[in-house]
Amino acid sequence: MIEFQNVKKMYESKKQTVEALKGIDLVVEKGDIFGVVGYSGAGKSTLIRLVNLLERPSEGRILVNGKALTSLKPKDLRAEKKKIGMIFQHFNLLNSKTVFDNVAMPLILSGTPAKEIHTRVNELLEFVGLLGKAKNYPEQLSGGQKQRIGIARALATNPSILLCDEATSALDPQTTSAVLQLLKKVNREYNITILLITHEMSVIREICNKVAVMEGGRIVEQGSVFDVFAKPQTEIAQNFVRTVIHDEIPQSFKKQSEGNPIIWKINFIGANSSKPLLSTIAKKFDIDLNVLSANISEIQETPFGNLIMEVTGEESEIKKAYDYIQAENILVQEVSVHE
Amino acid sequence: MNNTLWGMEITADQLLTGFGDTLYMVAFSLLFSVVIGLPLGILLVITRNGHILENKWVFNVLNPVINILRSIPFIILLVALIPFTRFVVGTAIGTNAAIVPLIFYAAPYIARLVENSLLEVDKGIIEAAEAMGATTWQIIFRFLIPEGLSSLVLTFTTATIGLVGASAMAGAVGAGGVGDLALSYGYQRFDTMTMIVTVFALVVIVQLLQSTGNIVSKKIRRR
Ligand SMILES: Nc1ncnc2c1ncn2[C@@H]1O[C@H](COP(=O)(O)OP(=O)(O)O)[C@@H](O)[C@H]1O
Ligand SMILES: [Mg+2]
Repeated sequence: MIEFQNVKKMYESKKQTVEALKGIDLVVEKGDIFGVVGYSGAGKSTLIRLVNLLERPSEGRILVNGKALTSLKPKDLRAEKKKIGMIFQHFNLLNSKTVFDNVAMPLILSGTPAKEIHTRVNELLEFVGLLGKAKNYPEQLSGGQKQRIGIARALATNPSILLCDEATSALDPQTTSAVLQLLKKVNREYNITILLITHEMSVIREICNKVAVMEGGRIVEQGSVFDVFAKPQTEIAQNFVRTVIHDEIPQSFKKQSEGNPIIWKINFIGANSSKPLLSTIAKKFDIDLNVLSANISEIQETPFGNLIMEVTGEESEIKKAYDYIQAENILVQEVSVHE
Repeated sequence: MNNTLWGMEITADQLLTGFGDTLYMVAFSLLFSVVIGLPLGILLVITRNGHILENKWVFNVLNPVINILRSIPFIILLVALIPFTRFVVGTAIGTNAAIVPLIFYAAPYIARLVENSLLEVDKGIIEAAEAMGATTWQIIFRFLIPEGLSSLVLTFTTATIGLVGASAMAGAVGAGGVGDLALSYGYQRFDTMTMIVTVFALVVIVQLLQSTGNIVSKKIRRR
């Protein structure tokens, strides 16, 4: 679908050259909701803008639907761009046009007959739940509604790919969630591949199936969202995961604890999390468990989370309990209060 | 003088003709100036760095030329252009002749004002247009101009008012119009009443233009 092959991007100005992308390799497959996460300045916007040639690569190749857009004639390039929808952080709607005309714009540009435009736009407005706003102007809409219009507009020409540049970064948490659910619906119902960039790991968790972590113009880690959340390899990925999955020993406990208490961190992944692990080991072994923090959420409709607890009892019993958990194929590790 | 009005040395007819001439000069010079200035203003926007038709040569030639023209005082333009005007119109005096320097005055002014108006258009909107695969023409006529229209209306209002002022100055070369009356009667013959009436008339014209422009612009923005 989308393939980056050793892509580099330099911004040249009189004073200096900024190397925004330093060799990107990336494959987005059909049906993916692929998320790129990174801090500000990492190069995310540059990366996504290369896909539809809002920026041109300095080196390397980008294939979209098997074609290298850089080698197309302007006319063919415009035709290809109609197969790639894009939505923006600040929506970029025309303030001088009604909602209807905004959504109709891509169709007007391709010379679609008025009757067809009418049918298609109404269909799209219904899909995004804003049929009643057709005659309004963008400034009469809330941020979430504007982004829905942006999505409807991006879908007008039936694209196979949707690019989202920080599409929810200007929205409050509730609205963000609603817009993300809409994107998920776009992905499922229209079978549209989505490439999104964000600085919020919660966005990745909520809708993506794959993720790439960017830092300083490079992808430092990528994989399925599940894997990256379960075992983030790089420090930056760990930091991002930590913004949504809290897995630290609570400060209050750290302060009052004396000596070297035994603390376990258990990661629940998938079906395991539903097993009554705690009550089982508490019954089976002569140990006491004191839960310090627990947090379970869902990633890709699979339960995912961690549990941090203090364990007290005979050393041998503790050892047996630990082995038992491991034998159940549950990720457990001992952590120290002094880190 | 039985035909005079309010004790002026000019007749009501002369005053009316003056208004007519002013209107004529302003209307035609505005028309030509817009036809020249609008495309130049658009070029100044789209050929600049990072824009849709980035072109260093065009921009770097156009930009200073417009600055130079803009920095020549109108009264000097009026005189300096006499040979050219005579060549184009056949004469260097009269209402038609005044239109030539007025265009030289207003077109670069309009180009600059159009540029400013269109630069106000959010770059994100142009980006959205590019992402949609719009052609350069489509970006200009379907995005840039509609989005900048309310500001463009104010631009043309400002330009028109500038032309009213300049056309009054053109009275100095016998261009006719309200300004001519003010100069040749009010100023040169110490006819204070004519001076007051003509200046008052100019003030009213300018006020009307500005209010109309504001209303139209607001209407476009508020739709
Ligand atoms: N048009 C540009 N000209 C010069 N430098 C740019 C331009 N766009 C981005 N950059 C630089 O490239 C780097 C990456 O920017 P960007 O892709 O916007 O990052 P992100 O979206 O992750 O915040 C930054 O250092 C930024 O300053
Ligand atoms: Mg960005």
